[in-house]
Amino acid sequence: MDFELSEEQRLLKESVGRLLADRYGFEQRTAYMKEPGGFSRALWKQYAELGLLALPFAETDGGLGGNPVDVMIVMEAFGSALVLEPYFATVVLAGGVLRHAGSDKQRAEIVPKIAGGSLLLALAHSERQSRYDLADVAMTAKKDGAGYVLDGAKGIVLHGDSADKLIVSARVAGKQRDRDGIGLFLIDAKAPGVSIRGYQTVDGLHAAEIALSGVKVGPDGILGEPGKALPVIERAVDEAMAALCAEAVGAMTVMHEVTIDYLKTRKQFGVPIGNFQVLQHAAADMLIATEQARSMALLAAMMAGENNAVERHKSIAAAKIQIGRSGRFVGKTATQLHGGIGMTMEYKVGHYFKRAVAIDILFGDADHHLAALTRMGGLLAA
Amino acid sequence: MDLRFNDEEIAFRDEVRAFFNKNLPENIRRKMVEGKKVGKDDIVTWQRILNKKGWAVPHWAKEWGGTGWSAVKQYIFLDEMQQAPAPPPLQFGVYMVGPVIIAFGSEAQKKRFLPRIANIDDWWCQGFSEPGSGSDLASLKTSAKRVGDHYVVNGQKTWTTLAQYADWIFCLVRTNSEAKKQEGISFLLIDMKSPGVTVRPIQTIDGSREVNEVFFDDVKVPVENLIGEENKGWDYAKFLLGNERFGIARVGLSKERIRRLKELAALERVGEKPMIEDERFRSKITAVEVELKALEMTQLRVVAAHRNGSNKPDPASSILKIKGSEIQQTISELLFEVVGPYGLPYQPAQIDGDRVNEPPIGPDYAAPLAPTFFNWRKISIYGGSNEIQKNIIAKAILGL
Repeated sequence: MDFELSEEQRLLKESVGRLLADRYGFEQRTAYMKEPGGFSRALWKQYAELGLLALPFAETDGGLGGNPVDVMIVMEAFGSALVLEPYFATVVLAGGVLRHAGSDKQRAEIVPKIAGGSLLLALAHSERQSRYDLADVAMTAKKDGAGYVLDGAKGIVLHGDSADKLIVSARVAGKQRDRDGIGLFLIDAKAPGVSIRGYQTVDGLHAAEIALSGVKVGPDGILGEPGKALPVIERAVDEAMAALCAEAVGAMTVMHEVTIDYLKTRKQFGVPIGNFQVLQHAAADMLIATEQARSMALLAAMMAGENNAVERHKSIAAAKIQIGRSGRFVGKTATQLHGGIGMTMEYKVGHYFKRAVAIDILFGDADHHLAALTRMGGLLAA
Repeated sequence: MDLRFNDEEIAFRDEVRAFFNKNLPENIRRKMVEGKKVGKDDIVTWQRILNKKGWAVPHWAKEWGGTGWSAVKQYIFLDEMQQAPAPPPLQFGVYMVGPVIIAFGSEAQKKRFLPRIANIDDWWCQGFSEPGSGSDLASLKTSAKRVGDHYVVNGQKTWTTLAQYADWIFCLVRTNSEAKKQEGISFLLIDMKSPGVTVRPIQTIDGSREVNEVFFDDVKVPVENLIGEENKGWDYAKFLLGNERFGIARVGLSKERIRRLKELAALERVGEKPMIEDERFRSKITAVEVELKALEMTQLRVVAAHRNGSNKPDPASSILKIKGSEIQQTISELLFEVVGPYGLPYQPAQIDGDRVNEPPIGPDYAAPLAPTFFNWRKISIYGGSNEIQKNIIAKAILGL
């Protein structure tokens, strides 16, 4: 058992931390939010130069061969700076699907472009009705010669408004919620028949509702075996949830630190408010919630590479439950302990709170995973 | 980073598990599983089995019987012992006064007391709390006045767990009433057979008699029973209280109790179905399993941070204490809930594993569940209440 980071991982953590300390102050972030797509293309280039965009991809595909712990390090740092760039959407989530489903040729073509920062990829999977059920896919893919024709609509496509290419899931066979019959397709965001409506989400990031009408996909655009995509999607989503857990821990850590600073500096009744025991205990509860979340984010990172799908999913679902509950608790308490200033858009704590809540919701909130984990028999055998 | 146990650690876990399976007497194991009363004889029997194997005091210095195990192995050992489930060693000896004697005692004290603690030839109890000194422990009043080659002790201790069996008590006593309250305290070992020592039992809300009041009336204690220096007792007490970091969360015990919970929930029926299939109830179990998994990972992080043998008290112990107690209490409440109305019959005779001579009322597993729920409220009170733990976190970790 070993909790230590390797030398390379320490260096990775330092270099990401340095970049964000320089370039991701609260005001800088506010400015990035106003750029097209709601993030900074200049920083995206910097991430490429640091190798972050290549990190989880195999070396043979043009990546760096990083593991889930490496991704955890980056995501935790991004969480502590509330990074706006589509790293999670492109590299972790859609990139994960590409890693697991793409052919050698497809990966060789796309990974170097992602790694170099010239191509943004998004996963268009969930739909208006699907909520958190990964098998619920109504979009259809009808055979058309050697290719397919896609029809239907996708929702909450993370950074779908900036993506150059989309990985779209669609049903090649079966009924709407069947586990079998889902295929994955790679299309250009500008292909005829694609219409994209982008918007900002509550956490300041971006997403899109995407409608496809008679969109043609050639044989080159078929990812993996049509009809057998669900286990691949589930695996990529498990890895993505592990990454989100790390991001949430970064956000919680900052919320806690900022709150402690505030308790030490804000004076009322002639003393720093941190002198009051009722606030001290709330701050202690925040620490406990954050550390329990950190522990589970570590577990999630460790289990993200697990090949046994059931064990992997149970552990990561458990982590997601803890992260969701801790994140909401820490966010609410941070806001409460700040009083009025915590309610303002110009103060940073609320932005972290909103991201923590968004992370709870993405891919299933704590209640969703609690019910799912319960159906799977819980964590301990009777 | 690899959070899994390595091959050596897994082999060690298997060795420990196999030893417990083979050597833990079945009648003791059953009492533990059923939540019945484990008596003095059971605890002594088990401790001597461990001592014979050389595993009585793994965390002690090697020259006094320690095993030299890594922090991870010590954790595995405790976790397996709790899951067996075996009776926990008498903590007042092996986890409390033993390490204090090793760290601050004289050579003569070490030779005299340590082997007898390891083999539980002496039963120790703890004399810290007093009627007027609970969370504000340093306000204690029991006095020890130096007269020639002995101290004369007067005063009262309370909440003294299992003092009814005790041969010795380690006490915090006031040796200087002029100094600041923390600076006038000494750490004294007192023979319970000394004239002037009286033990009076206190019955707790569950009906059990675990705790006692201990009165000292002109009790003569030889000066050779003073630990370390006079008036330095508060430092030794802080060492003792901050020293518990491997077992305080009791993760193994909670795992074992969750298994028991699932076992009983499969026996009880709600309408047509076993209770374990009731979604609302099951999701409460899952929720506590998630909390427990997080606690286990936090515990392992603390263990790993101490792998280099640091003996400093760790304020992270406070996190383990708070979450560990909350989880244990939640599980005890769910166990109580499992039997529904048959949690109500009060059957103390059924809890005493050695003297059951009439049939139980209701299911034979019901009797201990309610008393345990009420008894386990103590877990968030003893050893520094959870509120005191939060004060420690606020001060020592957060700097408030």
